[in-house]
Amino acid sequence: MAAARLSKGRTIAAHAILITYTLIALFPVFVTVINSFKSRKAIFADPLALPWPEHFDLVGYQTVLKQGDFLGYFQNSLIVTCVSLFFVLLFGAMAAFALSEYRFKGNTLMGLYLALGIMIPIRLGTVAILELMVAAGLVNTLTALILVYTAQGLPLAVFILSEFMKSVSDDLKNAGRIDGLSEYAIFFTLILPLVRPAMATVGVFTMIPIWNDLWFPLILAPAEEVKTVTLGSQIFIGQFVTNWNAVLASLSLAIVPVLVLYLIFSRQLIRGITAGAVK
Amino acid sequence: MAAKKPVRWHIAVFLAPALAVYTAIMIIPLFGTLNLSLFNEEGNVRVFVGLRNFITLFGDPLWSNAFWNALGNNAWFFLVHMLVQNPIGVALAAILSSPRLRMAVFYRTAIFVPTILSFVIVGFVWKLILSPIWGIAPGMLDMIGLKSLFAPWLGKEEYALTTLALISVWQFVGIPMMLIYAALLSIPDEVLEAAEMDGITGASQFWKIKLPLILPSIGIISILTFVGNFNAFDLIYVAQGALAGPDYATDILGTFLYRTFFGFQLQLGDPYMGSAIAGAMFAIILLGVCVYLFGIQTRLRRYQF
Repeated sequence: MAAARLSKGRTIAAHAILITYTLIALFPVFVTVINSFKSRKAIFADPLALPWPEHFDLVGYQTVLKQGDFLGYFQNSLIVTCVSLFFVLLFGAMAAFALSEYRFKGNTLMGLYLALGIMIPIRLGTVAILELMVAAGLVNTLTALILVYTAQGLPLAVFILSEFMKSVSDDLKNAGRIDGLSEYAIFFTLILPLVRPAMATVGVFTMIPIWNDLWFPLILAPAEEVKTVTLGSQIFIGQFVTNWNAVLASLSLAIVPVLVLYLIFSRQLIRGITAGAVK
Repeated sequence: MAAKKPVRWHIAVFLAPALAVYTAIMIIPLFGTLNLSLFNEEGNVRVFVGLRNFITLFGDPLWSNAFWNALGNNAWFFLVHMLVQNPIGVALAAILSSPRLRMAVFYRTAIFVPTILSFVIVGFVWKLILSPIWGIAPGMLDMIGLKSLFAPWLGKEEYALTTLALISVWQFVGIPMMLIYAALLSIPDEVLEAAEMDGITGASQFWKIKLPLILPSIGIISILTFVGNFNAFDLIYVAQGALAGPDYATDILGTFLYRTFFGFQLQLGDPYMGSAIAGAMFAIILLGVCVYLFGIQTRLRRYQF
Protein backbone atom coordinates (compact mmCIF):
# COMPACT_ATOMS: atom_id res chain seq x y z
CA MET A 1 0.00 0.00 0.00
CA ALA A 2 2.04 2.81 -1.28
CA ALA A 3 0.29 6.14 -1.07
CA ALA A 4 -1.27 6.01 2.35
CA ARG A 5 1.21 7.34 4.84
CA LEU A 6 0.11 7.86 8.36
CA SER A 7 0.79 11.10 10.07
CA LYS A 8 2.96 10.96 13.15
CA GLY A 9 0.16 11.66 15.59
CA ARG A 10 -1.98 8.90 14.20
CA THR A 11 0.88 6.43 14.36
CA ILE A 12 1.48 7.23 18.01
CA ALA A 13 -2.21 6.87 18.78
CA ALA A 14 -2.33 3.52 16.98
CA HIS A 15 0.63 2.23 18.97
CA ALA A 16 -0.83 3.53 22.22
CA ILE A 17 -4.08 1.65 21.66
CA LEU A 18 -2.35 -1.54 20.61
CA ILE A 19 0.09 -1.45 23.53
CA THR A 20 -2.77 -0.88 25.97
CA TYR A 21 -4.67 -3.82 24.60
CA THR A 22 -1.57 -6.02 24.54
CA LEU A 23 -1.08 -5.25 28.24
CA ILE A 24 -4.69 -6.17 28.96
CA ALA A 25 -4.24 -9.43 27.06
CA LEU A 26 -0.98 -10.43 28.70
CA PHE A 27 -1.34 -8.99 32.20
CA PRO A 28 -3.28 -11.87 33.83
CA VAL A 29 -0.86 -14.45 32.45
CA PHE A 30 2.10 -12.38 33.55
CA VAL A 31 0.79 -11.88 37.08
CA THR A 32 0.13 -15.60 37.48
CA VAL A 33 3.55 -16.68 36.33
CA ILE A 34 5.56 -14.17 38.39
CA ASN A 35 3.61 -14.87 41.56
CA SER A 36 4.08 -18.60 41.21
CA PHE A 37 7.75 -18.04 42.02
CA LYS A 38 7.15 -16.08 45.20
CA SER A 39 6.73 -16.95 48.85
CA ARG A 40 3.22 -16.87 50.25
CA LYS A 41 3.86 -13.66 52.13
CA ALA A 42 5.18 -11.85 49.06
CA ILE A 43 2.23 -12.97 46.96
CA PHE A 44 -0.11 -11.06 49.23
CA ALA A 45 2.15 -8.19 50.22
CA ASP A 46 2.97 -7.03 46.73
CA PRO A 47 1.35 -9.07 43.97
CA LEU A 48 2.72 -6.92 41.17
CA ALA A 49 6.42 -7.14 42.14
CA LEU A 50 8.78 -9.37 40.23
CA PRO A 51 10.10 -12.42 42.13
CA TRP A 52 13.29 -10.82 43.46
CA PRO A 53 15.73 -13.18 45.21
CA GLU A 54 14.49 -12.33 48.71
CA HIS A 55 10.94 -13.46 47.87
CA PHE A 56 11.90 -16.24 45.50
CA ASP A 57 10.27 -19.50 46.50
CA LEU A 58 9.49 -22.72 44.66
CA VAL A 59 7.27 -24.17 47.37
CA GLY A 60 4.24 -24.08 45.05
CA TYR A 61 5.96 -26.16 42.39
CA GLN A 62 7.22 -28.62 45.00
CA THR A 63 3.68 -29.15 46.29
CA VAL A 64 2.27 -29.61 42.81
CA LEU A 65 4.91 -32.04 41.62
CA LYS A 66 4.61 -34.09 44.80
CA GLN A 67 0.83 -34.35 44.76
CA GLY A 68 -0.53 -34.35 41.27
CA ASP A 69 0.23 -36.78 38.52
CA PHE A 70 0.82 -34.00 36.03
CA LEU A 71 3.17 -36.05 33.89
CA GLY A 72 0.49 -38.71 33.43
CA TYR A 73 -2.12 -36.09 32.54
CA PHE A 74 0.23 -34.56 29.99
CA GLN A 75 0.82 -37.93 28.44
CA ASN A 76 -2.93 -38.56 28.13
CA SER A 77 -3.55 -35.15 26.56
CA LEU A 78 -0.67 -35.64 24.18
CA ILE A 79 -1.89 -39.07 23.04
CA VAL A 80 -5.48 -37.92 22.59
CA THR A 81 -4.51 -34.75 20.73
CA CYS A 82 -1.91 -36.32 18.43
CA VAL A 83 -3.92 -39.39 17.48
CA SER A 84 -7.14 -37.38 16.86
CA LEU A 85 -5.14 -34.87 14.86
CA PHE A 86 -3.63 -37.62 12.71
CA PHE A 87 -7.04 -39.09 11.88
CA VAL A 88 -8.66 -35.71 11.28
CA LEU A 89 -5.93 -34.74 8.83
CA LEU A 90 -5.77 -38.09 7.04
CA PHE A 91 -9.51 -38.77 6.77
CA GLY A 92 -10.27 -35.10 6.21
CA ALA A 93 -7.77 -34.79 3.36
CA MET A 94 -9.03 -37.99 1.73
CA ALA A 95 -12.66 -36.84 1.85
CA ALA A 96 -11.72 -33.35 0.70
CA PHE A 97 -9.85 -34.82 -2.26
CA ALA A 98 -12.84 -36.95 -3.25
CA LEU A 99 -15.19 -33.98 -3.02
CA SER A 100 -12.99 -31.50 -4.84
CA GLU A 101 -11.52 -33.76 -7.52
CA TYR A 102 -14.31 -35.97 -8.78
CA ARG A 103 -17.70 -35.20 -10.18
CA PHE A 104 -20.15 -37.80 -9.02
CA LYS A 105 -23.78 -38.05 -8.10
CA GLY A 106 -24.48 -36.54 -4.71
CA ASN A 107 -21.21 -34.63 -4.53
CA THR A 108 -22.82 -31.35 -3.42
CA LEU A 109 -25.15 -33.14 -1.04
CA MET A 110 -22.22 -34.95 0.55
CA GLY A 111 -20.38 -31.65 0.97
CA LEU A 112 -23.39 -30.10 2.67
CA TYR A 113 -23.85 -33.15 4.88
CA LEU A 114 -20.27 -32.89 6.10
CA ALA A 115 -20.52 -29.10 6.50
CA LEU A 116 -23.48 -29.51 8.86
CA GLY A 117 -21.05 -30.33 11.64
CA ILE A 118 -19.35 -26.93 11.36
CA MET A 119 -22.48 -25.18 12.57
CA ILE A 120 -24.11 -27.76 14.84
CA PRO A 121 -21.91 -28.48 17.86
CA ILE A 122 -21.24 -32.14 18.64
CA ARG A 123 -21.95 -31.45 22.32
CA LEU A 124 -25.69 -31.51 21.66
CA GLY A 125 -25.39 -35.23 21.00
CA THR A 126 -23.61 -35.91 24.28
CA VAL A 127 -26.44 -37.90 25.88
CA ALA A 128 -26.48 -40.43 23.04
CA ILE A 129 -22.68 -40.39 22.72
CA LEU A 130 -22.42 -41.38 26.37
CA GLU A 131 -24.94 -44.19 25.84
CA LEU A 132 -23.00 -45.33 22.78
CA MET A 133 -19.70 -45.37 24.66
CA VAL A 134 -21.26 -47.21 27.60
CA ALA A 135 -22.66 -49.80 25.21
CA ALA A 136 -19.29 -50.16 23.47
CA GLY A 137 -17.46 -50.39 26.80
CA LEU A 138 -15.33 -47.38 25.94
CA VAL A 139 -16.12 -45.19 28.94
CA ASN A 140 -12.92 -44.08 30.70
CA THR A 141 -10.72 -44.90 27.74
CA LEU A 142 -8.70 -42.54 25.61
CA THR A 143 -10.24 -44.23 22.55
CA ALA A 144 -13.61 -42.68 23.35
CA LEU A 145 -12.09 -39.20 23.40
CA ILE A 146 -10.13 -39.84 20.21
CA LEU A 147 -13.27 -40.97 18.36
CA VAL A 148 -15.27 -37.96 19.52
CA TYR A 149 -12.56 -35.45 18.67
CA THR A 150 -11.96 -37.01 15.26
CA ALA A 151 -15.65 -36.62 14.44
CA GLN A 152 -15.63 -33.10 15.86
CA GLY A 153 -12.64 -31.98 13.79
CA LEU A 154 -13.59 -33.53 10.45
CA PRO A 155 -16.23 -31.06 9.16
CA LEU A 156 -13.99 -27.99 9.32
CA ALA A 157 -10.99 -29.95 8.04
CA VAL A 158 -12.89 -31.21 4.99
CA PHE A 159 -14.24 -27.73 4.30
CA ILE A 160 -10.89 -25.90 4.46
CA LEU A 161 -8.89 -28.63 2.71
CA SER A 162 -11.30 -28.99 -0.19
CA GLU A 163 -11.14 -25.23 -0.79
CA PHE A 164 -7.37 -25.58 -1.00
CA MET A 165 -7.42 -28.67 -3.18
CA LYS A 166 -9.60 -26.95 -5.75
CA SER A 167 -6.72 -24.58 -6.39
CA VAL A 168 -4.23 -27.38 -7.28
CA SER A 169 -3.76 -27.35 -11.03
CA ASP A 170 -5.44 -30.09 -13.08
CA ASP A 171 -2.45 -30.33 -15.41
CA LEU A 172 -0.33 -31.77 -12.65
CA LYS A 173 -2.85 -34.46 -11.80
CA ASN A 174 -3.45 -35.30 -15.45
CA ALA A 175 0.28 -35.56 -16.05
CA GLY A 176 0.38 -38.03 -13.20
CA ARG A 177 -2.48 -40.01 -14.73
CA ILE A 178 -0.74 -40.14 -18.10
CA ASP A 179 2.34 -41.46 -16.33
CA GLY A 180 0.16 -44.28 -15.07
CA LEU A 181 -0.17 -43.26 -11.43
CA SER A 182 -3.19 -44.65 -9.64
CA GLU A 183 -5.66 -42.24 -8.04
CA TYR A 184 -4.25 -43.23 -4.64
CA ALA A 185 -0.70 -42.50 -5.74
CA ILE A 186 -1.81 -39.12 -7.09
CA PHE A 187 -3.38 -38.29 -3.75
CA PHE A 188 -0.51 -39.43 -1.55
CA THR A 189 2.48 -38.39 -3.67
CA LEU A 190 1.22 -35.32 -5.56
CA ILE A 191 -1.60 -33.69 -3.61
CA LEU A 192 -0.66 -34.23 0.02
CA PRO A 193 2.77 -32.56 -0.24
CA LEU A 194 1.19 -29.61 -2.07
CA VAL A 195 -1.46 -28.90 0.57
CA ARG A 196 0.95 -29.14 3.51
CA PRO A 197 0.51 -25.46 4.48
CA ALA A 198 -3.26 -25.92 4.61
CA MET A 199 -2.80 -29.09 6.65
CA ALA A 200 -0.73 -27.15 9.18
CA THR A 201 -3.49 -24.55 9.52
CA VAL A 202 -6.18 -27.18 9.95
CA GLY A 203 -3.89 -28.92 12.41
CA VAL A 204 -3.56 -25.90 14.67
CA PHE A 205 -7.29 -25.13 14.46
CA THR A 206 -8.12 -28.71 15.37
CA MET A 207 -5.54 -29.04 18.09
CA ILE A 208 -6.43 -26.07 20.32
CA PRO A 209 -10.04 -27.00 21.10
CA ILE A 210 -9.09 -30.65 21.65
CA TRP A 211 -6.29 -29.83 24.08
CA ASN A 212 -8.46 -27.34 25.97
CA ASP A 213 -11.72 -29.28 26.05
CA LEU A 214 -13.23 -29.93 29.45
CA TRP A 215 -16.71 -31.19 28.53
CA PHE A 216 -15.91 -34.60 27.03
CA PRO A 217 -13.11 -35.61 29.44
CA LEU A 218 -15.47 -34.71 32.30
CA ILE A 219 -18.27 -36.88 30.92
CA LEU A 220 -16.54 -39.67 29.00
CA ALA A 221 -13.21 -40.17 30.78
CA PRO A 222 -13.10 -38.82 34.33
CA ALA A 223 -11.07 -41.70 35.78
CA GLU A 224 -7.68 -40.89 37.29
CA GLU A 225 -5.56 -42.84 34.79
CA VAL A 226 -7.17 -41.32 31.68
CA LYS A 227 -7.56 -37.71 32.86
CA THR A 228 -6.38 -35.10 30.42
CA VAL A 229 -4.31 -32.18 31.61
CA THR A 230 -7.26 -29.77 31.33
CA LEU A 231 -9.51 -31.90 33.51
CA GLY A 232 -6.63 -32.86 35.78
CA SER A 233 -5.65 -29.29 36.52
CA GLN A 234 -9.30 -28.29 37.00
CA ILE A 235 -9.81 -30.89 39.71
CA PHE A 236 -6.35 -30.43 41.15
CA ILE A 237 -6.68 -26.67 41.47
CA GLY A 238 -10.10 -27.17 43.02
CA GLN A 239 -8.48 -29.14 45.85
CA PHE A 240 -5.97 -26.41 46.61
CA VAL A 241 -8.24 -23.38 46.68
CA THR A 242 -6.56 -22.00 49.78
CA ASN A 243 -3.00 -22.98 48.91
CA TRP A 244 -2.19 -20.03 46.70
CA ASN A 245 1.36 -21.10 45.96
CA ALA A 246 0.19 -24.43 44.65
CA VAL A 247 -2.67 -22.93 42.63
CA LEU A 248 -0.41 -20.37 40.96
CA ALA A 249 2.26 -22.98 40.27
CA SER A 250 -0.15 -25.43 38.70
CA LEU A 251 -1.69 -22.67 36.58
CA SER A 252 1.77 -21.70 35.37
CA LEU A 253 2.56 -25.33 34.59
CA ALA A 254 -0.62 -25.49 32.53
CA ILE A 255 0.07 -22.23 30.70
CA VAL A 256 3.72 -22.61 29.76
CA PRO A 257 3.61 -25.65 27.42
CA VAL A 258 0.68 -24.20 25.46
CA LEU A 259 2.40 -20.84 25.25
CA VAL A 260 5.63 -22.37 23.96
CA LEU A 261 3.76 -24.41 21.35
CA TYR A 262 1.85 -21.31 20.31
CA LEU A 263 4.98 -19.24 19.89
CA ILE A 264 6.50 -21.96 17.71
CA PHE A 265 3.40 -22.33 15.53
CA SER A 266 1.99 -18.81 15.65
CA ARG A 267 3.33 -17.89 12.22
CA GLN A 268 1.67 -20.95 10.75
CA LEU A 269 -1.57 -20.20 12.55
CA ILE A 270 -1.74 -16.56 11.57
CA ARG A 271 -0.67 -17.32 8.02
CA GLY A 272 -3.47 -19.85 7.90
CA ILE A 273 -6.12 -17.45 9.13
CA THR A 274 -5.01 -14.75 6.75
CA ALA A 275 -4.41 -17.26 3.94
CA GLY A 276 -5.14 -15.86 0.55
CA ALA A 277 -5.27 -12.39 1.98
CA VAL A 278 -1.56 -11.70 1.98
CA LYS A 279 -0.64 -11.28 -1.61
CA MET B 1 -8.88 -42.02 -19.14
CA ALA B 2 -8.57 -44.00 -15.99
CA ALA B 3 -11.10 -41.86 -14.16
CA LYS B 4 -13.89 -42.97 -16.50
CA LYS B 5 -14.08 -46.53 -15.24
CA PRO B 6 -17.68 -47.69 -14.76
CA VAL B 7 -17.44 -47.87 -10.97
CA ARG B 8 -14.93 -45.54 -9.45
CA TRP B 9 -14.21 -47.37 -6.22
CA HIS B 10 -11.48 -44.98 -5.20
CA ILE B 11 -14.06 -42.24 -4.57
CA ALA B 12 -15.79 -44.47 -2.05
CA VAL B 13 -12.46 -45.42 -0.48
CA PHE B 14 -11.50 -41.77 -0.10
CA LEU B 15 -14.83 -40.80 1.42
CA ALA B 16 -15.55 -43.84 3.58
CA PRO B 17 -13.39 -43.26 6.69
CA ALA B 18 -14.42 -39.64 7.23
CA LEU B 19 -18.05 -40.40 6.51
CA ALA B 20 -18.09 -43.42 8.81
CA VAL B 21 -16.59 -41.67 11.84
CA TYR B 22 -18.60 -38.50 11.30
CA THR B 23 -21.88 -40.34 10.86
CA ALA B 24 -21.37 -42.81 13.70
CA ILE B 25 -20.05 -40.42 16.35
CA MET B 26 -21.71 -37.16 15.41
CA ILE B 27 -24.83 -37.44 13.25
CA ILE B 28 -26.36 -40.61 14.70
CA PRO B 29 -25.87 -39.50 18.35
CA LEU B 30 -27.25 -36.08 17.47
CA PHE B 31 -30.45 -37.59 16.15
CA GLY B 32 -30.31 -40.25 18.84
CA THR B 33 -30.41 -37.49 21.44
CA LEU B 34 -33.31 -35.77 19.70
CA ASN B 35 -35.09 -39.12 19.58
CA LEU B 36 -34.34 -39.83 23.24
CA SER B 37 -36.08 -36.60 24.21
CA LEU B 38 -39.36 -38.27 23.22
CA PHE B 39 -38.88 -41.10 25.70
CA ASN B 40 -38.93 -41.52 29.44
CA GLU B 41 -38.47 -44.27 31.95
CA GLU B 42 -41.30 -45.92 33.78
CA GLY B 43 -40.23 -48.65 36.17
CA ASN B 44 -36.90 -49.24 34.42
CA VAL B 45 -38.55 -49.59 31.02
CA ARG B 46 -38.02 -47.03 28.31
CA VAL B 47 -41.39 -45.86 27.04
CA PHE B 48 -42.38 -43.46 24.31
CA VAL B 49 -43.97 -40.34 25.79
CA GLY B 50 -44.19 -38.06 22.78
CA LEU B 51 -43.69 -34.43 23.62
CA ARG B 52 -44.34 -34.86 27.34
CA ASN B 53 -40.72 -34.07 28.28
CA PHE B 54 -41.01 -30.78 26.45
CA ILE B 55 -44.34 -30.06 28.12
CA THR B 56 -42.63 -30.62 31.48
CA LEU B 57 -39.69 -28.45 30.44
CA PHE B 58 -41.87 -25.53 29.40
CA GLY B 59 -44.92 -26.10 31.57
CA ASP B 60 -43.71 -27.28 34.96
CA PRO B 61 -42.55 -24.16 36.82
CA LEU B 62 -39.79 -26.19 38.49
CA TRP B 63 -38.24 -26.77 35.06
CA SER B 64 -39.45 -23.84 33.04
CA ASN B 65 -38.15 -21.24 35.50
CA ALA B 66 -34.68 -22.79 35.31
CA PHE B 67 -34.89 -23.03 31.53
CA TRP B 68 -35.99 -19.45 30.91
CA ASN B 69 -33.43 -18.23 33.43
CA ALA B 70 -30.68 -20.09 31.56
CA LEU B 71 -31.94 -18.90 28.18
CA GLY B 72 -32.18 -15.29 29.36
CA ASN B 73 -28.69 -15.43 30.83
CA ASN B 74 -27.41 -16.98 27.63
CA ALA B 75 -28.99 -14.22 25.55
CA TRP B 76 -27.31 -11.59 27.73
CA PHE B 77 -24.02 -13.49 27.48
CA PHE B 78 -24.34 -13.38 23.68
CA LEU B 79 -25.34 -9.71 23.65
CA VAL B 80 -22.26 -8.72 25.66
CA HIS B 81 -20.09 -10.56 23.15
CA MET B 82 -21.75 -8.84 20.20
CA LEU B 83 -21.54 -5.39 21.77
CA VAL B 84 -18.06 -5.62 23.25
CA GLN B 85 -16.02 -8.39 21.66
CA ASN B 86 -16.82 -7.80 18.01
CA PRO B 87 -16.46 -3.98 17.94
CA ILE B 88 -13.14 -4.23 19.83
CA GLY B 89 -12.02 -6.96 17.43
CA VAL B 90 -12.91 -4.85 14.39
CA ALA B 91 -11.23 -1.76 15.85
CA LEU B 92 -8.02 -3.65 16.66
CA ALA B 93 -7.97 -5.21 13.20
CA ALA B 94 -8.50 -1.82 11.56
CA ILE B 95 -5.57 -0.35 13.47
CA LEU B 96 -3.39 -3.41 12.85
CA SER B 97 -3.99 -3.32 9.12
CA SER B 98 -2.89 0.28 8.71
CA PRO B 99 0.03 0.39 6.29
CA ARG B 100 3.61 0.57 7.56
CA LEU B 101 2.67 -0.14 11.14
CA ARG B 102 5.72 -1.43 12.95
CA MET B 103 5.56 -4.42 15.28
CA ALA B 104 2.19 -5.53 13.85
CA VAL B 105 3.33 -9.16 14.11
CA PHE B 106 4.15 -8.74 17.79
CA TYR B 107 0.79 -7.13 18.59
CA ARG B 108 -1.33 -9.70 16.83
CA THR B 109 0.65 -12.58 18.33
CA ALA B 110 0.29 -11.13 21.85
CA ILE B 111 -3.40 -10.26 21.56
CA PHE B 112 -4.16 -13.78 20.37
CA VAL B 113 -2.49 -15.41 23.41
CA PRO B 114 -5.61 -15.58 25.65
CA THR B 115 -7.51 -17.40 22.89
CA ILE B 116 -5.20 -20.40 23.00
CA LEU B 117 -5.39 -20.80 26.78
CA SER B 118 -7.83 -23.31 28.20
CA PHE B 119 -10.95 -22.23 30.06
CA VAL B 120 -9.52 -23.78 33.19
CA ILE B 121 -6.58 -21.42 33.15
CA VAL B 122 -8.65 -18.39 32.17
CA GLY B 123 -11.34 -19.07 34.74
CA PHE B 124 -8.97 -19.54 37.65
CA VAL B 125 -6.60 -16.73 36.74
CA TRP B 126 -9.45 -14.23 36.64
CA LYS B 127 -10.94 -15.65 39.79
CA LEU B 128 -7.64 -14.98 41.53
CA ILE B 129 -7.28 -11.48 40.10
CA LEU B 130 -10.83 -10.48 41.01
CA SER B 131 -10.67 -12.13 44.40
CA PRO B 132 -11.17 -9.72 47.29
CA ILE B 133 -8.68 -11.78 49.35
CA TRP B 134 -5.70 -11.50 47.06
CA GLY B 135 -6.59 -8.07 45.94
CA ILE B 136 -4.87 -7.37 42.63
CA ALA B 137 -8.03 -5.79 41.26
CA PRO B 138 -8.83 -3.70 44.40
CA GLY B 139 -5.16 -2.77 44.70
CA MET B 140 -5.00 -1.52 41.14
CA LEU B 141 -8.25 0.40 41.46
CA ASP B 142 -6.80 1.94 44.61
CA MET B 143 -3.79 3.15 42.64
CA ILE B 144 -6.00 5.22 40.37
CA GLY B 145 -8.19 6.31 43.26
CA LEU B 146 -11.24 4.26 42.38
CA LYS B 147 -11.15 1.71 45.16
CA SER B 148 -14.75 2.48 46.08
CA LEU B 149 -15.81 0.94 42.76
CA PHE B 150 -14.52 -2.48 43.71
CA ALA B 151 -16.99 -5.22 44.51
CA PRO B 152 -16.59 -9.00 44.59
CA TRP B 153 -17.96 -9.06 41.07
CA LEU B 154 -18.02 -12.83 40.63
CA GLY B 155 -19.91 -13.28 43.88
CA LYS B 156 -22.69 -10.76 43.35
CA GLU B 157 -25.80 -11.85 41.53
CA GLU B 158 -26.18 -8.63 39.61
CA TYR B 159 -22.59 -8.52 38.28
CA ALA B 160 -21.45 -12.14 38.04
CA LEU B 161 -22.83 -12.95 34.59
CA THR B 162 -21.60 -9.74 32.99
CA THR B 163 -18.18 -10.24 34.57
CA LEU B 164 -17.96 -13.75 33.16
CA ALA B 165 -19.10 -12.54 29.75
CA LEU B 166 -16.38 -9.90 29.79
CA ILE B 167 -13.79 -12.51 30.79
CA SER B 168 -14.92 -14.58 27.83
CA VAL B 169 -14.66 -11.48 25.63
CA TRP B 170 -11.12 -10.96 26.90
CA GLN B 171 -10.32 -14.52 25.93
CA PHE B 172 -11.84 -14.57 22.45
CA VAL B 173 -11.34 -11.08 21.07
CA GLY B 174 -8.45 -12.51 19.03
CA ILE B 175 -10.77 -14.44 16.73
CA PRO B 176 -12.79 -11.51 15.31
CA MET B 177 -9.59 -9.51 15.21
CA MET B 178 -7.83 -12.11 13.06
CA LEU B 179 -10.74 -12.77 10.71
CA ILE B 180 -11.39 -9.06 10.14
CA TYR B 181 -7.67 -8.44 9.76
CA ALA B 182 -7.58 -11.06 7.01
CA ALA B 183 -10.62 -9.53 5.33
CA LEU B 184 -9.10 -6.05 5.46
CA LEU B 185 -5.84 -7.27 3.96
CA SER B 186 -7.68 -8.86 1.06
CA ILE B 187 -9.15 -5.55 -0.10
CA PRO B 188 -7.23 -4.78 -3.29
CA ASP B 189 -4.88 -1.80 -3.30
CA GLU B 190 -6.53 -0.40 -6.41
CA VAL B 191 -9.80 0.13 -4.57
CA LEU B 192 -8.08 1.99 -1.76
CA GLU B 193 -5.96 4.01 -4.19
CA ALA B 194 -9.06 5.00 -6.10
CA ALA B 195 -10.62 6.12 -2.82
CA GLU B 196 -7.56 8.19 -2.07
CA MET B 197 -7.71 9.81 -5.49
CA ASP B 198 -11.23 10.89 -4.59
CA GLY B 199 -9.95 12.30 -1.33
CA ILE B 200 -11.41 9.64 0.95
CA THR B 201 -8.77 8.77 3.52
CA GLY B 202 -8.40 7.86 7.16
CA ALA B 203 -11.52 7.26 9.20
CA SER B 204 -13.97 8.08 6.42
CA GLN B 205 -12.14 5.57 4.21
CA PHE B 206 -12.79 2.95 6.88
CA TRP B 207 -16.49 3.74 7.25
CA LYS B 208 -17.26 4.29 3.56
CA ILE B 209 -14.99 1.84 1.76
CA LYS B 210 -13.61 -0.85 4.05
CA LEU B 211 -16.56 -1.50 6.36
CA PRO B 212 -19.02 -2.32 3.56
CA LEU B 213 -16.42 -4.65 2.06
CA ILE B 214 -15.87 -6.59 5.30
CA LEU B 215 -19.58 -6.94 6.21
CA PRO B 216 -19.68 -10.59 5.09
CA SER B 217 -16.83 -11.36 7.49
CA ILE B 218 -18.67 -9.60 10.30
CA GLY B 219 -21.68 -11.77 9.47
CA ILE B 220 -19.61 -14.93 9.76
CA ILE B 221 -18.15 -13.75 13.06
CA SER B 222 -21.63 -13.06 14.41
CA ILE B 223 -22.88 -16.53 13.65
CA LEU B 224 -19.70 -18.12 15.04
CA THR B 225 -20.19 -16.09 18.22
CA PHE B 226 -23.83 -17.15 18.38
CA VAL B 227 -23.10 -20.86 18.05
CA GLY B 228 -20.16 -20.65 20.44
CA ASN B 229 -22.12 -18.76 23.11
CA PHE B 230 -25.23 -20.92 23.04
CA ASN B 231 -23.11 -23.99 23.49
CA ALA B 232 -20.73 -22.51 26.08
CA PHE B 233 -20.15 -24.37 29.31
CA ASP B 234 -16.51 -24.60 30.34
CA LEU B 235 -15.85 -21.09 31.62
CA ILE B 236 -18.94 -20.99 33.83
CA TYR B 237 -18.26 -24.49 35.12
CA VAL B 238 -14.67 -23.64 36.02
CA ALA B 239 -15.39 -20.28 37.61
CA GLN B 240 -18.74 -20.94 39.32
CA GLY B 241 -19.14 -24.71 39.38
CA ALA B 242 -21.98 -26.81 38.00
CA LEU B 243 -24.49 -24.90 40.14
CA ALA B 244 -23.61 -21.70 38.26
CA GLY B 245 -23.81 -19.58 41.37
CA PRO B 246 -24.54 -17.24 42.99
CA ASP B 247 -28.10 -18.58 43.06
CA TYR B 248 -28.07 -19.66 39.39
CA ALA B 249 -27.32 -16.09 38.31
CA THR B 250 -24.74 -17.34 35.80
CA ASP B 251 -26.61 -20.45 34.69
CA ILE B 252 -26.58 -20.81 30.90
CA LEU B 253 -27.94 -23.56 28.68
CA GLY B 254 -24.67 -25.53 28.72
CA THR B 255 -24.46 -25.74 32.52
CA PHE B 256 -28.20 -26.44 32.75
CA LEU B 257 -27.81 -29.32 30.30
CA TYR B 258 -24.83 -30.70 32.20
CA ARG B 259 -26.59 -30.61 35.58
CA THR B 260 -29.73 -32.16 34.20
CA PHE B 261 -28.35 -35.05 32.23
CA PHE B 262 -25.21 -35.86 34.19
CA GLY B 263 -26.43 -35.02 37.67
CA PHE B 264 -24.53 -33.25 40.42
CA GLN B 265 -24.21 -33.67 44.14
CA LEU B 266 -27.51 -35.26 45.24
CA GLN B 267 -29.51 -34.84 42.06
CA LEU B 268 -29.45 -37.90 39.82
CA GLY B 269 -28.80 -37.51 36.12
CA ASP B 270 -31.85 -37.63 33.87
CA PRO B 271 -30.89 -38.47 30.26
CA TYR B 272 -34.45 -37.93 29.01
CA MET B 273 -34.88 -34.40 30.31
CA GLY B 274 -31.26 -33.77 29.34
CA SER B 275 -32.09 -34.78 25.79
CA ALA B 276 -35.08 -32.47 25.83
CA ILE B 277 -32.82 -29.56 26.81
CA ALA B 278 -30.32 -30.56 24.13
CA GLY B 279 -33.24 -30.62 21.69
CA ALA B 280 -34.24 -27.11 22.70
CA MET B 281 -30.62 -25.95 22.27
CA PHE B 282 -30.52 -27.64 18.87
CA ALA B 283 -33.64 -25.74 17.83
CA ILE B 284 -32.21 -22.43 19.06
CA ILE B 285 -28.89 -22.90 17.26
CA LEU B 286 -30.63 -24.13 14.10
CA LEU B 287 -32.89 -21.07 14.19
CA GLY B 288 -29.88 -18.78 14.53
CA VAL B 289 -28.03 -20.48 11.69
CA CYS B 290 -31.11 -20.29 9.45
CA VAL B 291 -31.64 -16.61 10.22
CA TYR B 292 -28.02 -16.05 9.27
CA LEU B 293 -28.05 -18.17 6.11
CA PHE B 294 -31.36 -16.98 4.69
CA GLY B 295 -31.94 -13.63 6.33
CA ILE B 296 -28.50 -12.06 6.56
CA GLN B 297 -26.00 -13.79 4.31
CA THR B 298 -28.09 -13.58 1.16
CA ARG B 299 -28.68 -9.87 1.68
CA LEU B 300 -25.06 -8.95 2.21
CA ARG B 301 -23.50 -7.78 -0.97
CA ARG B 302 -20.35 -9.61 -1.87
CA TYR B 303 -17.79 -7.95 -4.06
CA GLN B 304 -15.69 -9.94 -6.44
CA PHE B 305 -12.36 -8.45 -7.32
